[in-house]
Amino acid sequence: MIKTDVVIVGAGPTGLFCAHQLGIIGLKCEIVDNLDKIGGQCIELYPDKPIYDIPAVPECTGEELTNNLIEQIKPFNFNFHLNDRVQELRKENDNWIVKTTNGKEFNTPNVVIAGGVGSFEPRKFPTKSVERFDGKNVLYSIKDKSIFKDKSVAIFGGGDSALDWAIELSNTSKVSLIHRRDEFRGAPASVKKIKELSEKNIINLFTRHSIKDVKGNGSLEEVEIKSEEGESKILKADYVLGFFGLIMQLGPIAEWGLNLDKKAIPVNTENFETNKKGIFAIGDICSYPGKLKLILSGFHEGALAARGCFKYARPNEKYRFEFTTASNTIKDRLGVK
Amino acid sequence: MAKIIYIEHNGKEHVAEVQNGLTVMEGAVQNDIPGIDADCGGSMSCATCHVYVKEDWYDKLPKKEMGEDDMLDQAYEPNSNSRLSCQISISDDLDGLKVYMPEKQV
Repeated sequence: MIKTDVVIVGAGPTGLFCAHQLGIIGLKCEIVDNLDKIGGQCIELYPDKPIYDIPAVPECTGEELTNNLIEQIKPFNFNFHLNDRVQELRKENDNWIVKTTNGKEFNTPNVVIAGGVGSFEPRKFPTKSVERFDGKNVLYSIKDKSIFKDKSVAIFGGGDSALDWAIELSNTSKVSLIHRRDEFRGAPASVKKIKELSEKNIINLFTRHSIKDVKGNGSLEEVEIKSEEGESKILKADYVLGFFGLIMQLGPIAEWGLNLDKKAIPVNTENFETNKKGIFAIGDICSYPGKLKLILSGFHEGALAARGCFKYARPNEKYRFEFTTASNTIKDRLGVK
Repeated sequence: MAKIIYIEHNGKEHVAEVQNGLTVMEGAVQNDIPGIDADCGGSMSCATCHVYVKEDWYDKLPKKEMGEDDMLDQAYEPNSNSRLSCQISISDDLDGLKVYMPEKQV
């Protein structure tokens, strides 16, 4: 059990700047994110796209913004828990017990939800019948590639993950690659390699095809694919892999008893607290009259939510407003003179 | 201005008058028409404003730009009639356009 002042759910720009504000006012926090890297949508969706509306920064990319925010909170040495997702919130006395998918537990008076549009999850096959093999023979990510050795593997998708794994697994497995159109969005070198492997019959390539059904008693045996024109083909398959990119899903947040307005969490605009005491929501996931889904709004919301957290984390202290230019206490926290 | 007909997966029709220059996605969001999520807000970074357009209209739409098909690969049940509604700009020529929404976006 990790005891802390605040757990921040989401390591996007809003969560990161809120962490900075917590550090400035002397609170500790732990940051949890479902992605394997820091930066949220900025890093996952548009790392290379320029952003033009960060105050005092005429132009920067999602990646640059993320790197600068990470740099800005370095002095505080906060812990990041990546590849993990907050699953459960439970009230215990005045505190929240926060449990993650990987089994971590936090005890904290404050939770700040900076979850964007939700957590990034792999997009799954639309076919219902596939679900019964989920996590067994139907996979959306690969942890241990040795399980595919000498097996038949049907890979669906046209991006880098699909192409890279098709190339890699073709060394030891019988690979079929199935994609909905003739063009691939993966790196040109990988596309070239796939075409070579297909010509040498090392990979079975099916473009303009998609999944129709899966068959098997107990474990998966075959996958049925259909062409754009509707013709079916049956492929032998011990494993089916789907790489269709990531989608954003609200996920467990919807189960925490918070008021929800469509996919957003209503908050007050004084400190961005939700209907639950000690749970705050900031950034794209919160809603209030006049809400703008801008990064700069998330920064403002994070600064105020941080002060809201102070009240519960230090009930016997009075919060004192200070400027970073003038306060020696803050300079100590930042490790500057 | 164009009249756009949005058809939900269950067949329910919604008609909206959408100003020129807006997108088909914005027309849906501004008029509270269900079925188009538009999680990324129109920056072509997600695939949650996916619609199907039948051939008669599909060929009249402005052609897809670079990247739209890549994004559509990541949509729910894309096919050769798929478009991202955030990439279809409204003009008078699109008056009467019908777009069919998929069963779901995510």
